[in-house]
Amino acid sequence: MYILKLIFRNTFRHKLRTLLTILGVTIAILTFTILRTLVNAWYAGVEASSPARLITRNSISLTFHLPIAYKERISRTPGVKSVSYATWFSGIYISEKNFIPNFAIDPETFLGLYPEYLLPEDQKNAFLRDRTAAVAGRKVAERFNWKVGDTVPLTGTIYPGTWNFILRGIYDGAELDTDETQLFFHWEYLNEQLKKTASHRADHVGIYIIGITNPALASEVSEAIDNMFQNSLAETMTETEKSFQLGFIAMTEAIVVVIQLISFMVILIIMAVVANTMVMTERERIGEYAIMKALGFGGRHLAIIIFGESLVITMAGCIAGIALAFPAAGIFRELIGMYFPVFTISTLTILVDIATSIMVAMIAALFPASRAIQIRVAEGLRRIG
Amino acid sequence: MRIPLTYSFRNLITRRITTGLTTSGMTLVVFVFATTLMLAEGLRKTLVNTGSYDNVLILRSASSTEIQSSIDRYQASVVETQPEIAIGEQGRRLIAKELSVIINLPKKRTEKPSHVTIRGIQEQSILLRPQVSLINGRFPKMGSSEIIVGESIARRFKGCNIGEKLRFAMRDWLVVGIFHAGNTAFSSEIWGDADQFMQAFRRPVYSSVTLRLRDPLEFDTLKERIENDPRLTLAAWRETVYYAEQSRVMTAFLSILGMSLTIMFSVGATIGAMITMYAAVANRTGEIGTLRALGFQRKSILAAFLVESVLMSSIGGFLGLAFSSFMQFFTISTVNWQTFSELAFSFTLTGKIIYKSVIFSLLMGLMGGCLPAYRAARMNIVDALVTR
Repeated sequence: MYILKLIFRNTFRHKLRTLLTILGVTIAILTFTILRTLVNAWYAGVEASSPARLITRNSISLTFHLPIAYKERISRTPGVKSVSYATWFSGIYISEKNFIPNFAIDPETFLGLYPEYLLPEDQKNAFLRDRTAAVAGRKVAERFNWKVGDTVPLTGTIYPGTWNFILRGIYDGAELDTDETQLFFHWEYLNEQLKKTASHRADHVGIYIIGITNPALASEVSEAIDNMFQNSLAETMTETEKSFQLGFIAMTEAIVVVIQLISFMVILIIMAVVANTMVMTERERIGEYAIMKALGFGGRHLAIIIFGESLVITMAGCIAGIALAFPAAGIFRELIGMYFPVFTISTLTILVDIATSIMVAMIAALFPASRAIQIRVAEGLRRIG
Repeated sequence: MRIPLTYSFRNLITRRITTGLTTSGMTLVVFVFATTLMLAEGLRKTLVNTGSYDNVLILRSASSTEIQSSIDRYQASVVETQPEIAIGEQGRRLIAKELSVIINLPKKRTEKPSHVTIRGIQEQSILLRPQVSLINGRFPKMGSSEIIVGESIARRFKGCNIGEKLRFAMRDWLVVGIFHAGNTAFSSEIWGDADQFMQAFRRPVYSSVTLRLRDPLEFDTLKERIENDPRLTLAAWRETVYYAEQSRVMTAFLSILGMSLTIMFSVGATIGAMITMYAAVANRTGEIGTLRALGFQRKSILAAFLVESVLMSSIGGFLGLAFSSFMQFFTISTVNWQTFSELAFSFTLTGKIIYKSVIFSLLMGLMGGCLPAYRAARMNIVDALVTR
């Protein structure tokens, strides 16, 4: 008990310095938390993917499409429960700044395969009935203040012209990491228009989404599908939704690595700040430590006092940093929310924050503590600060 | 009377550990500051260098990238008749109708597939891009399944050496040359005959038309005529503007990231400097009293402490810059979000970044040293001499 009191008293002896150090730790933990959350946001699509869904695309690349006729053949493959399809539409809402991911889908099968998009029954039926209908995620609807019944015009970049959709539903995500920023509409509507204007592009879909009866069959089903279309005009490449998403991330890996490196540097910087404070503290108190030793306190006591002080400082900073990270994440969501639909601080991140703070405290105190243990009483008493 | 510079300098040496820790904190901050700037600059430069000022790129209107665009043969032939097109050797017009598609290729080390841009070219394409030159092999023969690969593709992807065959679009393509295109997006592309690619990929339309203006000032006339022609649904871009536009999303993201990091980091480092300087002042109360008693003025004391802090931060700034300049040896590749194709670029250090980093580190030192120096200067001679 007595030692705890001593630690607290010591910590706040130099109020200004301690407060500054705590502030430094706060900022570092804040930065670290945001950076880790950013990396998590990068992987959000992977986290949200289901092992029971496969994605089939053209083996050349995503920009090449697959004939709609493949649907029947895929659905006859053993192990396939249901097949849906989607086409990346890339429409722009008013200006390029309002980026919304938008897809033409086959509504019934698609909603069946994605139970995480929660749509009220009446809205779902309205969407299914109306060929010019669209549904949008809660976040994007709130962002543009859309109400059910509004007309949403999109300017096509891949499919020329202005396309008007009537918003028939707003979906909510079942999970925290469900993407609520997308817009879906009927593939049939797109296809009809294409038949009139660009018939060679009609009757094609971007990807097939395949629900399988058992996740364990994923590789067999993928192989069966790809074999079926080998040497055809449009060869396919089938993989689990997870590896499909990972493929996207692998391409931007360099940036993720840079961000991770920077978050590592933040830790080094806090370490430098805290270690600096601890070194100064120790230097000022050499005389005191010598007196304590002369009174019979052992090196272990001194070490506990120094480590304790370091820990009090980093933990105070850590708690403040975590507290501030939540509003800061809110600001980031505003700034880059359109690229990263999911930007939430995970529990793991908070645990890592705490573990890191403890580690920083230990390393920062290591050198001063070892010096304090080693001082000889006579020398320490003689020395002048 | 001024306090000599050596006083401040020696003080830093005396407290080696503290000085070292504070400067290394600052070194890291300046390093991160400079590197994020270098990253954004490298990306911007690569894309901006790709375009030429007197080249015009024609795309289907409303499409913002070549990949999204499609131009049929009739429309392309209308463009070909425009009078503003420069005439090259042998009286041929400098215009190329090109195809641009994205394919997946496995990377060398990881075997992971990544997106690569394939450009179907015509004979004039090479004349239109003076920055492209062969470093090995030869140009492909038109009408054959021969391709040439950009330098950074050859380095990073499998099967891209001369004599090797790449398989895509159900055909084998023989690599006959490797080209150098400097620090541009072309270095991350594969080139071959446009007509061959159109057949293999079963795409009956071109993606873009690139032409050289006989006079760069005629761009507006040409743009107006093309965009208002009822037969055409096309838009004309100055090539430089088009490529600058391609980097927009990424540079915007990098600058948001860089800005927020810099703000947070600099506050952290300034606090570090402040802690150190406050301690320096507190430890030297007696010394400050003595200096004042000897006749040094308040402003001299203020200056001495400020100089000390700025010295510390400028050492940090210098080291940070030195470390970040090594980053120039690294090339990183990432997908450009606008086009979804791979682009290799390197960290680029420019005079502007150096000057920004120096100003930045000096500011950190000034801000950190300001309050402590003020406290030192305000000290009363008698009090300072007594508190010891």
